Amino acid sequence: MVNIVGAGLAGLSAAITLARQGVSTNLISVQPSERAQSVLAEGGINAALDTMGEGDSVSDHYQDTIKGGCFLESEESVKELTENAPQIVRELINLGVPFNAEKGKLVLRNFGGQKKKRTAFAKSSTGKMIMTALIDIARKYEALGVIKRYPNHEMVDISISEGKIENLLVRDIFSLKLLSFSGPAIICCGGLNGFFEGMTTGTTANTGNVQALLFEKGVEFANLEFIQYHPTTVEITGKRLLVSEAARGEGGRLFTNKNGNRWYFMEDKYPEFGNLMPRDVVSREMFMLDREQGCDGQVYLDMTEIGSDIWDRKLNDLRKELVDYIGKDPKKDPIPVSPGMHYFMGGIRVNKYHETNIKGLYAAGEAAARYHGANRLGGNSMLGAIFGGKTAAENIKKYDMPGSVKEENRILQDKSEEKNRKGLKGILLKGLGIVRTYKDLRYTVDEIEKLLLSRDMPEIDRKRAYLGLAMGRSALERKESRGAHFREDYPESSDEYRKQTVAVLEKGDVRICFKELLST
Amino acid sequence: MEYIISVKRRKRDEKNDYYQDFLYTADSENDTVATALTNLNLREPLMDINGFPTTMIEWECSCLQKKCGACAMVINGRPGLACAAKLKDYKKKKISLEPLRKFPVIADLMVDRSILYENLKTLALWLRRDVEREKDDPEIGTMLSEKDSNLVYTASECIQCGCCLEVCPNFYPGGSFFGMSTVPVTTRLLTEMPSTDIKEIAKGYMEHVYDGCGKSLACMDICPRKIPTDKLMVNSNALIFWKKRRKKDVRKQ
Repeated sequence: MVNIVGAGLAGLSAAITLARQGVSTNLISVQPSERAQSVLAEGGINAALDTMGEGDSVSDHYQDTIKGGCFLESEESVKELTENAPQIVRELINLGVPFNAEKGKLVLRNFGGQKKKRTAFAKSSTGKMIMTALIDIARKYEALGVIKRYPNHEMVDISISEGKIENLLVRDIFSLKLLSFSGPAIICCGGLNGFFEGMTTGTTANTGNVQALLFEKGVEFANLEFIQYHPTTVEITGKRLLVSEAARGEGGRLFTNKNGNRWYFMEDKYPEFGNLMPRDVVSREMFMLDREQGCDGQVYLDMTEIGSDIWDRKLNDLRKELVDYIGKDPKKDPIPVSPGMHYFMGGIRVNKYHETNIKGLYAAGEAAARYHGANRLGGNSMLGAIFGGKTAAENIKKYDMPGSVKEENRILQDKSEEKNRKGLKGILLKGLGIVRTYKDLRYTVDEIEKLLLSRDMPEIDRKRAYLGLAMGRSALERKESRGAHFREDYPESSDEYRKQTVAVLEKGDVRICFKELLST
Repeated sequence: MEYIISVKRRKRDEKNDYYQDFLYTADSENDTVATALTNLNLREPLMDINGFPTTMIEWECSCLQKKCGACAMVINGRPGLACAAKLKDYKKKKISLEPLRKFPVIADLMVDRSILYENLKTLALWLRRDVEREKDDPEIGTMLSEKDSNLVYTASECIQCGCCLEVCPNFYPGGSFFGMSTVPVTTRLLTEMPSTDIKEIAKGYMEHVYDGCGKSLACMDICPRKIPTDKLMVNSNALIFWKKRRKKDVRKQ
């Protein structure tokens, strides 16, 4: 019996992999898979299938991913990921994902940081289509009793003894009863959006609490300073709405007004990749426009030159969404966009088997710090989630044994308070923007340290503050610029820091150290 | 703009419902019912229109962009997604919010929709083809035809929110008719399957879907994803009853 926390793409991938081999799983999630954040993934999934006759290869995919990640990912991990990508996409086709095709051939699109067409997609709802297909397969194993779904269940604690996981404490959101799940576990609870409520493109169901309580129990985290700001998002009430990178892949152009004229700054500055530079670069360029003479700083995404046919066949849902939520038709008017938090490259530290520093505890998907280095390429997240879930599943098997689910006779009172979450968010945002400085990061770290002195705080908020402190200190300690971590006081990359930033809570304090990339 | 949000409330494990009104001032003209509920719950303490402190309003929410179906509820008597319901679109400034009526209420606007998933299981809706193919299998990666692919895409857009069941005159919980929410899944799978695989699904479909549908098609008007349920149903019927099935798998076994 294996417990999986999180029923998005990584969790489903792990559950299905185990089910196919006859290993039972409990799939525990706040929302059922149908409502997981993965259904929001838009643009596509990368695989060097070379159906477009551009001579693409696994080695190209590998190179682009390593380079896009600014050499902060182990070569071995990216090699595995990219080698497995074609097979993963073929299997998805086999499961009936309606990827765009022409004359019986899979169509691939351009995505940021990749010179060749490599991204398989289903219009701009690729995540929803993949999730639907995987849910339909998981249902078979559910009917067989091999996968047991626990939707509306929230992990609230973990017990670890002598460096090994014992059980998970889970709250039924409907009945408020507490359940204890024994045995090994894979954590697939997504990224840390919950620390930045309302500021990210993700779901509101993601709180980041699971990571906070794991951190407090001594689970190591890595690369927490690397937060991806997606260049093209739009503010809508309660969140940032993503304008998929596919819009630029299909011909959308970024411009700003400079001295009264349109300035296509990305095309000007980066003739080779233009609008499709990796996301960290585009977001940083957009941020820096504020300092440019004669610029008002507002950036627009011009999609008006994209042909009707492409809108209909490849981007129709994106168009509908923009019309619905911001009242503008991207076919007619340029859309004002700005960078918004989109993905956390860092997270729970795992080795090549996806195991954490706690025996029997694994992590995969956005929750885990793996595959994407200092900056994730578009189209690699779903790939990383599926492959990571699979890899974790293959390796956790060795801990498989009959497990139990027991009801606990108590009610957990600990509840996060809005004012604490809001306070922490404000402090984190100050230091962890697109462009960072010593002064701002010092402020972030100092203020969280002050917060932690307060005695009047729910336990969960204290745990969140510790993980927040780890983010701040990771960014403060990394005295260089690389990918999504740009320090104005250290604008260059330094070989000395081509290492993983490791954060761990020890004796009540957050310790940061740097470790070699290849971790086994 | 000021609104009165009238919420049908029920405490956990209790049976009594009551309505409670809240005064809400919209921050922007794009505020939706989801925005209002989120902001009301941020108030500490939350007070009703008469200034009495009360508990947070329980409801479900996830994506805020009509892609997950978590926030389905009855808004001014009509089921819909809270994140899609803009306050300014309502003529009256008093907006009532009630939980979906066809599912057990957990608390306030939160309902237990597990019957949706249970019914899909009962109908045995999954691909019979679930094999991991060998890397060098030349058949792996054979695409669907464009027509089938579009149909599968449309069907896969269903978010299992339950709005269609809410307005359906034939669906009631525990009844033998499973409702339109099962049809997109059926269509998707039948489109993918060779005729040799569909027997079990056909049987369940006949008993729990085809026989019970009164063709009111209220589901079609209410679907937040605007899924053409009539078209999907016609398609499933054709594949099951009128032998318009493909002779072999689109991707050979």
